[in-house]
Amino acid sequence: MKKTKVEVRQVATGLASRRSFLKISGLTLAGTGLLLAGCSDDDDNTGTNPDPNMLPGIVNGTFDLGGGDAGILTYAYALEQLEADFYTRVVNSNTFGSTFNAEEQSVLTDLYRHEVIHREFFKAALTGALANTEGVVLPNLEFSYDSVNFSNRLSVLNTAKALEDTGVSAYNGAGRYITTPEYLLIAGKIVSVEARHASAIRDLINPGSVDFAGNDVVDANGLDKAQKPSQIIPIVSSLDFIQTAFTAMYLP
Amino acid sequence: MNILKFIESFTNEGVIQSLQSKGSRRDSLSQFGKIGANTALAAVPLVSMFFTQKANAASSAFLASAADTPISALQLALTLEYLEDEFYQIALDTNGLIPDAEKDIIAQISQHEAAHVSFLMGALGGDAPAKPEFDFTANGTFDTFDNYQTFLALSQAFEDTGVRAYKGQAANLMSNGDLLTAALQIHSVEARHASRIRRLRGQKGWIVGNSIGNMPDIPTVHQIYDGEENTIQGGYNTTTAQATNGPALTGTGTTESFDEPISGTLATEIASVFFAV
Repeated sequence: MKKTKVEVRQVATGLASRRSFLKISGLTLAGTGLLLAGCSDDDDNTGTNPDPNMLPGIVNGTFDLGGGDAGILTYAYALEQLEADFYTRVVNSNTFGSTFNAEEQSVLTDLYRHEVIHREFFKAALTGALANTEGVVLPNLEFSYDSVNFSNRLSVLNTAKALEDTGVSAYNGAGRYITTPEYLLIAGKIVSVEARHASAIRDLINPGSVDFAGNDVVDANGLDKAQKPSQIIPIVSSLDFIQTAFTAMYLP
Repeated sequence: MNILKFIESFTNEGVIQSLQSKGSRRDSLSQFGKIGANTALAAVPLVSMFFTQKANAASSAFLASAADTPISALQLALTLEYLEDEFYQIALDTNGLIPDAEKDIIAQISQHEAAHVSFLMGALGGDAPAKPEFDFTANGTFDTFDNYQTFLALSQAFEDTGVRAYKGQAANLMSNGDLLTAALQIHSVEARHASRIRRLRGQKGWIVGNSIGNMPDIPTVHQIYDGEENTIQGGYNTTTAQATNGPALTGTGTTESFDEPISGTLATEIASVFFAV
């Protein structure tokens, strides 16, 4: 049961108000194409129009993640919001202490901390970067977890596994679309931590097995999964956790 | 488990320090005097020569071509994969080293490292460097294949180093999206390995500050973890992050949540400790 999508204030789409340089602590987004001209009316919503020049923001009443580096970072922010919210609910559950043993509690609490920090990092980075441009920072998304039983160990761990594996694949697949080396490095710093998480969660589910880097995620070349945003977003949507509508029309 | 021998072999920091400073043999000799262990004393001249001459030769030979290009990035990657591949192959071939309950885990990792070697050799073609000759005992310094705990400690060192090294090379691969993606796909597999091995050793799967986590307290080990204590990410101080709902965010949590890169030079320096004399 979907909630009504969260209303996000529509901002003016005039050229002047959407013009911005995405900066994270003095890192200025390379390139000249950061003008957003509010010319998306003719585009459909299928996400097949990658456009590195589109900033995140409201398009036709719904928040779009944007394109280019700003879009990739906003996409990562959305995924981190989901992970952080999920683990926050896990550790705050009344049954947390009785559902998980000490090691599992320790791992899940660490993951909660890491993901909240990732979320806060992206929030601060994007907010700071776009301080003078209204409406381009992804709002706080709303979540619900109807399919998850937070008092059931395997329900929680399997959800964690899905989120971590998806996160790894998402960062791996997004890397090639990042044009600024500093942002690529930041993504690299985060993805290996997500992979460390996935390994630990998978081992908690099936102790002593080879699942930590199982053949379901690592192929015959020894390569982990890598999926682009247009492949990841339907997977995340199918989990039905994110209740706030958004589009990703300009990401590959 | 004979962890004592492992640690004892590292009590002389001067040996490793001589890796960076040539001509420190006299210092090494004087410091060895403090140990008084027969094995250490007997090993002085060889070990000293090893760290001053061999490592430098191996490093300089490799680094001569290191120019921050996609090819140099993959050459470094292949060198590290050669090392990991042979390391796990020998371990699996050593009767009695790996407990039965953990053989599948090591075999799975070994299979990935072998696949990485094949993949990178294919990607590099004629630019693939020759496989170095390795000595995983570092000329008798480690009881690597006689002591499972030593083996696991080196495994953790190699995996965590690999994660940092691939991360450090990502920017050098930006001109080739396919190769960058493949490198990222290997990078996350190494991180899965690192987490598993660390947890086998009773450590967290993630790196806590610059903690060497029950590894020998020597410069080379510190090189593997130094910098991991960084809390400034893109100008944002992660220690200022506040939880809005739930347990407080701790100082170690902020460093754990971001892994850090190392340079190709440092990665090579660490690996060269295990190049044969």
